[in-house]
Amino acid sequence: MTDAPFIEIEDLYFSRGDHDIFRGINMTISRGQVTAIMGPSGTGKTTLLKLIGGQLTPDRGRVLIDGQDVHRLSRKALFTLRKRMGMLFQSGALFSDLDVFENVAFPLRVHTDLPDPMIRDLVLLKLQAVGLRGARHLSPAELSGGMARRVALARAVALDPELILYDEPFVGQDPISMGVLVQLIKRLNQALSLTSVIVSHDIKETLSIADYLYLIADGQVVASGTPRTLDTNQDPRVSQFIHGEPDGPVPFHYPAETLYRDILGQASAGKVR
Amino acid sequence: MKRSKTMEFGVGLFMLAGILGLVFLGLRVSGMTLSTSSDTFRLEASFSNIGSLKPRARVTMAGVTVGRVEAIELDTEWYDARVVLSLDSDLEGQLSQDTTAAILTAGLLGEQYIGLSVGGAPEVLEEGDVIRDTQSALVLEELIQQFVSNMVTN
Amino acid sequence: MQSNIKHAISHVARLGQKGCDALESLGRAGVFLAQSAVGVPSREGWSLWLRQVHFVGVLSLAIVLVSGLFIGMVLALQGYTILVDFGAEQALGQMVALSLLRELAPVVAALLFAGRAGSALTAEIGLMKATEQLTSMEMIGVDPLRRVVAPRLWAGFVALPILTVGFSVVGIWGGYLVGVEWLGVFEGSYWSNMQASVSFVDDIGNGIIKSLVFAVVVTWIAVFQGYDLVPTSEGISRATTRTVVYSSLAVLGLDFVLTAVMFGGL
Repeated sequence: MTDAPFIEIEDLYFSRGDHDIFRGINMTISRGQVTAIMGPSGTGKTTLLKLIGGQLTPDRGRVLIDGQDVHRLSRKALFTLRKRMGMLFQSGALFSDLDVFENVAFPLRVHTDLPDPMIRDLVLLKLQAVGLRGARHLSPAELSGGMARRVALARAVALDPELILYDEPFVGQDPISMGVLVQLIKRLNQALSLTSVIVSHDIKETLSIADYLYLIADGQVVASGTPRTLDTNQDPRVSQFIHGEPDGPVPFHYPAETLYRDILGQASAGKVR
Repeated sequence: MKRSKTMEFGVGLFMLAGILGLVFLGLRVSGMTLSTSSDTFRLEASFSNIGSLKPRARVTMAGVTVGRVEAIELDTEWYDARVVLSLDSDLEGQLSQDTTAAILTAGLLGEQYIGLSVGGAPEVLEEGDVIRDTQSALVLEELIQQFVSNMVTN
Repeated sequence: MQSNIKHAISHVARLGQKGCDALESLGRAGVFLAQSAVGVPSREGWSLWLRQVHFVGVLSLAIVLVSGLFIGMVLALQGYTILVDFGAEQALGQMVALSLLRELAPVVAALLFAGRAGSALTAEIGLMKATEQLTSMEMIGVDPLRRVVAPRLWAGFVALPILTVGFSVVGIWGGYLVGVEWLGVFEGSYWSNMQASVSFVDDIGNGIIKSLVFAVVVTWIAVFQGYDLVPTSEGISRATTRTVVYSSLAVLGLDFVLTAVMFGGL
């Protein structure tokens, strides 16, 4: 295994309409590690994953995956590169017209010429790994949120990718399925020696599995390091986020006039808005 | 898999129904016969006035449809209408040369068609021959005009 | 005064912006159609297509046939009362058949298709987009245009002309029921007048060409609206409405153009 970083993000700019989302992001993501990208909601973490996956094109800067510039690839080469990636979506994004088995079999069927019995064995192995071999005949509508995410995880690793992108894997899960997912992500990463990128704002769970963390806010990387170094970081922006303080550099209030002027000033002027 | 089999069967039935429907429209509604162009022969007839005769109008003999009008064009030599008829090939070599063609009207306001009636001459009409003896369409306005002018002279 | 002028200018600017937006979205739709309709069908493309023909075709059959029956019956009833005044009730078959084949079957079947299948296509694709199924398909390395959109497009192209043929057949039969069985038009003249006046190429053929054009337009609008919508519940409901409105208007407008070209001597 080489020490060269698997993903390099260089000076990335991205905006939507007039709203700047990223203003010069730099990151390196090492091979075989779990890297977490954290930040308050609305900082465009999911957008960052879409930029890495090549679904969005940045205004400036570039993303290199294993030395290839994602946004310079032809459509065909991009699709080939995507075979080496798996992505776990927030909602699971299982195909609603296929059952659990066919959902996991889908990447195998479209990208390989394996005979049916072999596909069956592979799918059952993947489902066994996420503990849902018994649920193979259910349709996605019959699954709970946590189960759907586990099936989606089995689908994401069906082709044994080198990289998995997790989009908010812990959001909206009960403590038990949260624990299950944390275990699974950790185990998969070790067993398959994958590179994992987790986008999340669930601090406790993410800190427990990440090897390296990036904290983004205001379109820039504000801090990075191992969980331990971040925990003791003195930067108020970092400690506010890591320790979950309600007010701090990230304000509790949406920008507005002072309350006093909003209530009394307008009322005395006789205008009601 | 069972469900998809019945689905495939349903789709097959659907497409078959479409084809059968098209066949029904072709045969029953547009009156197409399965044997068409190969079994006809052509005759020509010139009329001084064809009224509102249209291509594809019927050609009848004793009330039985025996063919259709294939084309109508203006003969620029004599300035009359040359009508090409395509008739059942059974009649080839059966119609005498003095056969007459008349433009008739179905009912008072109905469509116009061509009625043939055979004569007694020994020679017969072959592919491409011309019917000499023709009777033009009755145009209502002309009839009324004649009637009125007869009244006046009387 | 000056503010009035400014106001007017801003209105004009907004109008221009709207025009540009409309043009841009038309261009997007065109590229979309080209990308999804052209392309080598994949291995399982056939069975995906079959499933969609079942969905948009077989399941729309009932509503189309019932409507066709009623429209044929109404045509015969209305036509009879008019024709009988001229003593021309034997031309009933001709009237029923020609109005169905040339006009009513392609148009009404396309409108029903837009309401029944088009809106469902929009909602289905929109929901797939909202639940990130399309994105995840892309991330797996499968082009959703080919996998999701293309089978639906081609199913629509095939299904609507078949539905139109069914509509005509049932409508003519409905006209027969009312005209011949009930009102007592002579059966022989019902069929023979029809046969004398209906041309396979000019009437049936043109009707089918019309329905092919409508099929392309309606399915195109439906899948594009689904693919292009804002992935929220409000976005889906708006796109579904847009599908029905746009495709109905497109069908009626195109019908006029096609009729003018085919039968109007243009």
